[in-house]
Amino acid sequence: MPAKSPRSKSQARELLFGDLWEFDPAPESAPAFIDDRYRLFIDGKHSAPRSKKYFDSISPRDGKKLAEIPVANAADVDAAYQAAAKAFKSWSKLPGAERGKYLFRIARLLQDRSREFAVAETLDGGKPIKESRDFDLPMAAAHFFYHAGWADKLDYVAPGRRLNPLGVIGQVIPWNFPLLMLAWKIAPALATGNTVVLKPAETTSITALKFATLLEQAGLPPGVVNIVTGAGETGAAVVNHPLAAKIAFTGSTEVGKIIQRSLAGTGKKLTLELGGKAANIVFDDAPLDQAVEGIINGIFFNQGHVCCAGSRLLVQEGIETEIIARLKRRLATLRTGDPLDKNTDIGAINSAEQLGRIRELVQSGIDEGAEIHQSSCQLPKQGFYHAPTLFTGVAQSHRIAREEIFGPVLSIMSFRTPEEAIEKANNTCYGLSAGVWTDKGSKILMMASRLKAGVVWANTYNKFDPSSPFGGYKESGFGREGGKHGLLDYASLAPLDITR
Amino acid sequence: MPAPALRRLLDEIGPVDATGVEERVAKYATRSIKKKSKIFGLKLAVSMVDLTTLEGKDTAGKVASLCQKALRPHDAGDVPQVAAVCVYPAMVKHAAKHVKGTGVRIASVATAFPSGQAPLRTRLAEVKQAVADGADEIDMVINRGAFLSGSFAEMQDEIAAVVEACGEATLKVILETSELETYDNIRAASFLSMRVIRPGDFIKTSTGKTSANATLGNQQVMLDAIRDFYLQTGTEIAMKPAGGIKTAKQALQFLIAVKETLGDRWLNNSRYRFGASSLLNDLLRQLETQRTGAYQAPWTFTEDSGGY
Repeated sequence: MPAKSPRSKSQARELLFGDLWEFDPAPESAPAFIDDRYRLFIDGKHSAPRSKKYFDSISPRDGKKLAEIPVANAADVDAAYQAAAKAFKSWSKLPGAERGKYLFRIARLLQDRSREFAVAETLDGGKPIKESRDFDLPMAAAHFFYHAGWADKLDYVAPGRRLNPLGVIGQVIPWNFPLLMLAWKIAPALATGNTVVLKPAETTSITALKFATLLEQAGLPPGVVNIVTGAGETGAAVVNHPLAAKIAFTGSTEVGKIIQRSLAGTGKKLTLELGGKAANIVFDDAPLDQAVEGIINGIFFNQGHVCCAGSRLLVQEGIETEIIARLKRRLATLRTGDPLDKNTDIGAINSAEQLGRIRELVQSGIDEGAEIHQSSCQLPKQGFYHAPTLFTGVAQSHRIAREEIFGPVLSIMSFRTPEEAIEKANNTCYGLSAGVWTDKGSKILMMASRLKAGVVWANTYNKFDPSSPFGGYKESGFGREGGKHGLLDYASLAPLDITR
Repeated sequence: MPAPALRRLLDEIGPVDATGVEERVAKYATRSIKKKSKIFGLKLAVSMVDLTTLEGKDTAGKVASLCQKALRPHDAGDVPQVAAVCVYPAMVKHAAKHVKGTGVRIASVATAFPSGQAPLRTRLAEVKQAVADGADEIDMVINRGAFLSGSFAEMQDEIAAVVEACGEATLKVILETSELETYDNIRAASFLSMRVIRPGDFIKTSTGKTSANATLGNQQVMLDAIRDFYLQTGTEIAMKPAGGIKTAKQALQFLIAVKETLGDRWLNNSRYRFGASSLLNDLLRQLETQRTGAYQAPWTFTEDSGGY
């Protein structure tokens, strides 16, 4: 006899995601080898800052101090540029195959030390260990492998042309993917024969400084990569140094604009990868469960600290109720908490400051009349955490629909026709990425060609590959990273010298 | 011209994207189950096993030994008995001597398992005989030919006829996912089956007799279908993956999928089963490791089940 259904049909039909089988804590125990105090990495040497100043790096996991990070002043930055300029003379003349060897070595060392770096990344930045372990580290290594392969094939990037290096590149990177953004910046610069002065973000300097020890292991010649740490002033010194041939910046649109202004008339090349407010567009013929998974991945990956996060969900009206119900159900099984726990899906917000900004924008959503839904998860008492949040009934004019929140907050809106979806998706000052969900291939191609976004994902979201160029339109910046396009942004084209 | 039957059905129940399914299930494999939660999961899995022998060389003696294993999987430790033994119809009466009234149920694969290629009358007679001999549960195969040629009514009528032949016995409907090939087909066949079976009846992935058996991917499509069907109709359908689940690690991943897709109400052996044989000893081995702190040699565990 089939077992009788224990609940009668009179009870409201909903699934029960309870604690019948609760998971025990599964903390990652590998050591991260974080020093108490770090030094700058200039000309192949670890040196104390001329400023004699240090600041604390806080772990967002519990709000505790992890290490002391040096503040590089203008003199430190100048020393870094002088070292890079000196190293450029020989590095740029090195045969491509030789440069490739160094890059291959760096890639393999990153793989060798990936667990240590993953734990350090999670402690310093707050992202779940499963993401730093399964995404950040493998992708960072992949970028070095990919560009190692290009180093001796630069004559084949542009037919009949040669790629000449630019010189010393100043690079300023953000806190959301500290090591991966470092890889995106350093790998193509070195492959094309440039040398580098890099400044990591203030809150996430540790993996960059650990990376300096990896460069020593790889035997990279002194001065080819220099790492200076600090806040905005250090960044300004890096950007405005006269020896910089090019500045590559990833970060906020606000700072990007300041950099572009200060570079005007200097002749320095510039690439900017800035903010975003991506539309994730779901048509009524989409595979719903997979779309829901993609929406979740699109907004909650890395706590939503992703410039290409799918933070605006546009759903065709006929399936809006259904999608919201499925999203809420999925939200109930997401695990928010200690980022070092291997079962954590959503970790800690990067800093107290960012948490404050997210809370402020969430409050504005409530004040402006949108309806909030959060899962009933228990957040750790210490550290910086924010529950995954959905907003329904959002209007195009709400702040949560226009401003980049950079947190685990999704704004849900609806549309009726493809034309309306395109208009709403493009109605933003940003243009970094977008997503399209439909079972119909022709609709994907039509949407992709009309969405003003640098990357359009179809029936998936947040997929990256070193061979695929990444970058934006409008206030999301210009220039591309990855692929052939990325190489071209680190070189000038010259006629191919066939006698060489 | 009306659209083909499968198109119409998919318009109604929605399509499946293969890449998305596989990305979803890859996340189950990253879950880390430790300590108490591991012991709970392993014991739960033991209690959900349909301990199976489906071989031409099965004898009354082999079935007797299988039944003893089902009743008492291991001497040491606090190990539950399994959910059921699963045998060919000819072996049901032998199994009945050992497990009737013990709480371990007798499941039998009927309907010309595994191909189903016998006249309907023959298949129904087989089901009735198995039930008469003492089977508590019948594992049937669907008419894949009818499904693939779009004759959905024929496929469903046959299932309905088997339901009737089952009487009091629980029914498990085997879709044979490897012969359906696509996730769209698996979802469609799940819905067609669920619409004609009773609350508490099962849908099951495979016979274990083809090259590809239960995977996290095809289980996910079926769990999603069960969830959608429950939310639409209030009818709770149970799930049984079968074939290819050989390790405790795999079993826990399959269970995590159940926990995160259907929730707590499906985490028991009236809503979920594993069709397996060698899995049981690996579950026991992991339980003993948790209990004693050391891996025990394979010969510590009695071998009383055939390959599946």
